[in-house]
Amino acid sequence: MAKIVNRKEMAQGTIILNEIEAPRISRKAKPGQFVILQADETGERIPLTMADTNPDKGTITIIYMVVGKSTARFKELKIGDEFYALIGPLGKPTHIEKVGKVVCVGGGTGIAVLHPITRALKEAGNDVTTILGSRSYDLLIMEEQMRAASTQLHICTDDGSHGHHGFVTDVLKEVLEKNDIKLVVAIGPIPMMKFCSLITKEKNVKTYVSLNPIMVDGTGMCGCCRVTVGNKTKFACVDGPEFDGHAVDFDELAKRLASYLDDERESLDAFNKCKAL
Amino acid sequence: MADTKPKKIKIPRAKMPEQDPDIRKRNFEEVPLGLTPEMAVLEASRCLQCKTPLCVQGCPVSVKIPEFIKLIAESDFSGATKKLWETNALPAVCGRVCPQEDQCEGKCILGKKGAPVAIGYLEKFAADWERKNGKDEPPVVGESTGKRVAVIGSGPSGLTVAGDLLLKGHEVTIFEAFHKPGGVLVYGIPEFRLPKEIVASEVATLEKMGAKIECNTVIGASTTIDELFEEGFNAAYIGVGAGLPRFMNLPGENLIGIYSANEYLTRTNLMKGYLFPKYDTPIARGKNVVVLGAGNVAMDSARTAMRLGAKSVKVVYRRSRDEMPARAEELHHAEQESIEFVLLTNPTQFFGDENGRLTGMECLKMELGEPDASGRRRPVPVEGSEFRIDCDLVVVSVGSNANPLLTNSTPDIALNRWGNIVGDPDTGKTSKRGVWAGGDIVTGAATVILAMGAGRAAANSIHDYLTLGW
Repeated sequence: MAKIVNRKEMAQGTIILNEIEAPRISRKAKPGQFVILQADETGERIPLTMADTNPDKGTITIIYMVVGKSTARFKELKIGDEFYALIGPLGKPTHIEKVGKVVCVGGGTGIAVLHPITRALKEAGNDVTTILGSRSYDLLIMEEQMRAASTQLHICTDDGSHGHHGFVTDVLKEVLEKNDIKLVVAIGPIPMMKFCSLITKEKNVKTYVSLNPIMVDGTGMCGCCRVTVGNKTKFACVDGPEFDGHAVDFDELAKRLASYLDDERESLDAFNKCKAL
Repeated sequence: MADTKPKKIKIPRAKMPEQDPDIRKRNFEEVPLGLTPEMAVLEASRCLQCKTPLCVQGCPVSVKIPEFIKLIAESDFSGATKKLWETNALPAVCGRVCPQEDQCEGKCILGKKGAPVAIGYLEKFAADWERKNGKDEPPVVGESTGKRVAVIGSGPSGLTVAGDLLLKGHEVTIFEAFHKPGGVLVYGIPEFRLPKEIVASEVATLEKMGAKIECNTVIGASTTIDELFEEGFNAAYIGVGAGLPRFMNLPGENLIGIYSANEYLTRTNLMKGYLFPKYDTPIARGKNVVVLGAGNVAMDSARTAMRLGAKSVKVVYRRSRDEMPARAEELHHAEQESIEFVLLTNPTQFFGDENGRLTGMECLKMELGEPDASGRRRPVPVEGSEFRIDCDLVVVSVGSNANPLLTNSTPDIALNRWGNIVGDPDTGKTSKRGVWAGGDIVTGAATVILAMGAGRAAANSIHDYLTLGW
């Protein structure tokens, strides 16, 4: 169980794709839901929203950026290796319906999370404009899959190496000006989601964001993932991970994500030192 | 009985040897060291072997107390454990965490004039002896009935159901969401009160009896109860615990450094945060710690914080000492370990710095007014009594609500207005055919042994269903 059957390195090895054997989860998972993974007995439980599922093959796909000890350890796992623990599908699925014109905005590994949602929105009969952003074109992932899942696709790079030279918010503004957009889904780094939500709030366009707070059990048991939405505390694992972007307290989320920065550094340093020996 | 053997009362009740408080408050090793065989035999000889033993009536799972104690008195320690196993799959756990003073020992006739027999110490002794010295002979299971039962949740009630049904010859599969079985016994109760090796050993005994354990399986998420029936299970038992921590809804409650007791204890116990960075999951090591609430979980949190290096640990509770719900022994152990009780005090808000990290909290003094619905005197705020406590870590331990993850996916199970499953109080039968429930998901947060009692009742009812019908 939880065997890696396919593995790919993306964005110059900073982002990893794992296709994992998980027949029960693959049959049940819907766009927007997540799993929790643990590499070994001493490892941490890491929540990752699924990028794809294949019920016929009995597999799910996750795509993650290597940022700390746990993801560095994940990166070491090869095809044929197994995760020590994998549970899911967790969280509420994205509400998919036909509303008309929709914009999907993705940044970083958020693009992977956005992929099944975009595809489902298009399959439901929506006209889907997708805007993807990355620091540089060689760090952009899943361009072709996202093109296939969308009606039209825009690419933005911070350094101008491809497409629009600038942020996704520039293009979002333009698209909102020219079209009668009914729904925006924005998934990516917190500043991206925050500023997309600010723009759509001005235009009064409903906006979903998918949050990635720190979690432990992922089933509502611990309350580690609490986020403030509309001045109320919600548990991202059972009430989310998707919320109304206009109501989320992004600043609090960003601070809470930094809860263990020192510990994370210590853990990664020890891991790298160990590998160097 | 007492009149015929008066000399037995004269042997004083055994005193449990313990780690010294000043040493143990900085380590995670077990606090009680256990009785020696000599002490156990002597203590067992105090038992009057009553013809109508009241102690058994006080036990939610009706352990054959005089019988197992008699075997200890005869130095047949292995026999004593086997006697325990006849009615209790988890004696090493119960000997440690049961509130014996309210149950078996509370009913012991010796307690009327002196100290009751130390039944808990003896239970722990027998089970520990068997684990270390026994021949590894698990209880003999009944002839196979060919019936399959799904047990959802591997906490104390689920393990009890599993043990009982295995003995009756049914096939049992236990589903657990976490990566290790044991439920609250592994994520909640700390190592120093219940070593995880002991839980693992009790679970291993069930596996030797034939139980299948599927960890990393969230019933309700990857598989529904109806799908379990489609897969060939004949009955299901839900023992998923309470599992949704309550917060106090106070300003600042999402500051970094404020944990639910569930998170604080799970990070420490299940994820072994106290061994960071050997284990990857970090846990905040507070210098000035406040625990809100006064139950057993609050005491576990406070004593854990001390072991993680706190300078001061305060238990803040809105009622008075008499109303603290924790066991007397837990309160005593906590006080021995320099935990401070700040009573008649209620938090009103939390303060943080510019990085969102907790720096302190504001509290109000309370006084006791008229009795409330629970019969306890209601704490009333004293106006203008606000004061500040500086702290960098707060553990909120004010109870749990019912976790809706499983019940949401099983719409045909009746719930009460708090979201707890409605189970028949005598059998644990739910409104859904072939499904039983017990433990905290039915009663709300309670004790290990009450959950085990519910498991016992449900196992009997499941057995009747599998052999006689619904």
